[in-house]
Amino acid sequence: MTPILSVRDLTIKFGNRTIIQHLNFTVDPGDNLAIIGPNGAGKTVLLRALLNLLLYEGVIQWSRDARLGYVPQKIAADRHLPLHVNDLLAAKARLLKLPVQGVRSISDRVGLTPELLETSIGTLSGGEFQKALIAFALLGDPNVLLFDEPTASLDELAEEHIYELLRDLQHERHLTILLVSHDLSIVYQFATQVLCLSKGKPCFGPPREILTPETLQAVYSAPVKFYEHHHDH
Amino acid sequence: MFHPGEIYAVVLALLFAVAAGLVGSFALMKRMLLASDVISHVALPGLGLAFLYGFNPLIGGAATLLLGTLLIWQLQKKTGLATDAMIGVVFAGSVAIGAVLTPKEDLVEALFGRFQDLSLPAFLLGVGAVLAIILVLFRFKDELILGLFAPELAAATGVKLDRLNLYFLLVFSLAVLVGLRFLGALLAGSLIIIPAATGRRLTSDLPRFLLVSCLASVAAVGLGFAVTRYLLPQFSPGPLIVIISAGLFILSLLKKPADA
Repeated sequence: MTPILSVRDLTIKFGNRTIIQHLNFTVDPGDNLAIIGPNGAGKTVLLRALLNLLLYEGVIQWSRDARLGYVPQKIAADRHLPLHVNDLLAAKARLLKLPVQGVRSISDRVGLTPELLETSIGTLSGGEFQKALIAFALLGDPNVLLFDEPTASLDELAEEHIYELLRDLQHERHLTILLVSHDLSIVYQFATQVLCLSKGKPCFGPPREILTPETLQAVYSAPVKFYEHHHDH
Repeated sequence: MFHPGEIYAVVLALLFAVAAGLVGSFALMKRMLLASDVISHVALPGLGLAFLYGFNPLIGGAATLLLGTLLIWQLQKKTGLATDAMIGVVFAGSVAIGAVLTPKEDLVEALFGRFQDLSLPAFLLGVGAVLAIILVLFRFKDELILGLFAPELAAATGVKLDRLNLYFLLVFSLAVLVGLRFLGALLAGSLIIIPAATGRRLTSDLPRFLLVSCLASVAAVGLGFAVTRYLLPQFSPGPLIVIISAGLFILSLLKKPADA
């Protein structure tokens, strides 16, 4: 299978500080890659490099048919603006010259009701806001979703809903998902590949190989607990 | 009776009010409202030079505004500091140079503006500038919305943020320039700040926010001119317009914030 993404010898520096050094990995179409690691290991920086938003050394090669959708961390968005959800979605639709009905069908799909579309972004709950960000990312029919901390600061139920939605969307749209997460239990059940970034050597492989107490201790420089559990849907 | 020069001046001021309301709304969302107050001061050295050497003050103001805007844009890009901080740096220097250059008898006019008749070419030039401001804002409305909401998201959607910031700063400075004639360097920014603050108090969605900001701005300019013409002819309209604008904002405080 031709990978949808190949990263070779990627190095990212901010001034004199090296954030990521000689990183190599590939992602196949349909993979769920979880990117884990302690704070400051460069997870968000890696996503930004993959989106070509910052300078880097090395090679980041997306396959020619890759169309990227990005869901940033919630805290990276300004929720005090006088904007309704629909204002945001419509702005992207107009920029990409998409038909207006596309906004309605994507919103329906992620569970944003017409009332929520006409709601100020500042008054949405955490889960509703995350759905709005997902709808935003899905406009333009991407086949790759890059997701930064999708369920940070959500309660368990909302978190469960978001991952259910992601699973369903992945099935329907044959999405490849790259996901930064701190929640190792979720990573265990959701990911097909795990990339761990840390001050030491990065590691890459299927969850069963990577999410072992020894590897995690090396990555986080501390013992890490997580719960291995399976969901049948 | 009104004569044409007077009508041109009032009509252009009302059109400027619309542009100021729109620019102010986006400036408020970009959290650079204070910048509008400060950026107008960048015109001061140019006005000073114009008064000193007897050429058109608008040309002097335009020259230093453009230089100041480009300087702010470059400093912002190279140093990564917030626009407000950068404007603060450029501002202090401009006010000091302006105060030194402007002849004492012209300083009040440079700072507070003066009502004066407009020639037809000056009127048409002003109308062109206002139309350019409105067109640029509507052309880049979607890019601006996304850039304000989440810069990275906008960049990932293909918005060239750097260029967008420059366009906005230029439009912003153009609005200040149009307002300079009757509001002066000290007050031109106020009509960008205050109506937008009023609009934000009263609304929670973008179309209404833009509309209310424009209406608050037009009302302040219209009432300001009416009061100076019919009630208080000893005053120049600039300060009265700003006082009325501030009054409208205070009135807006009586209403609960739209999305508290």
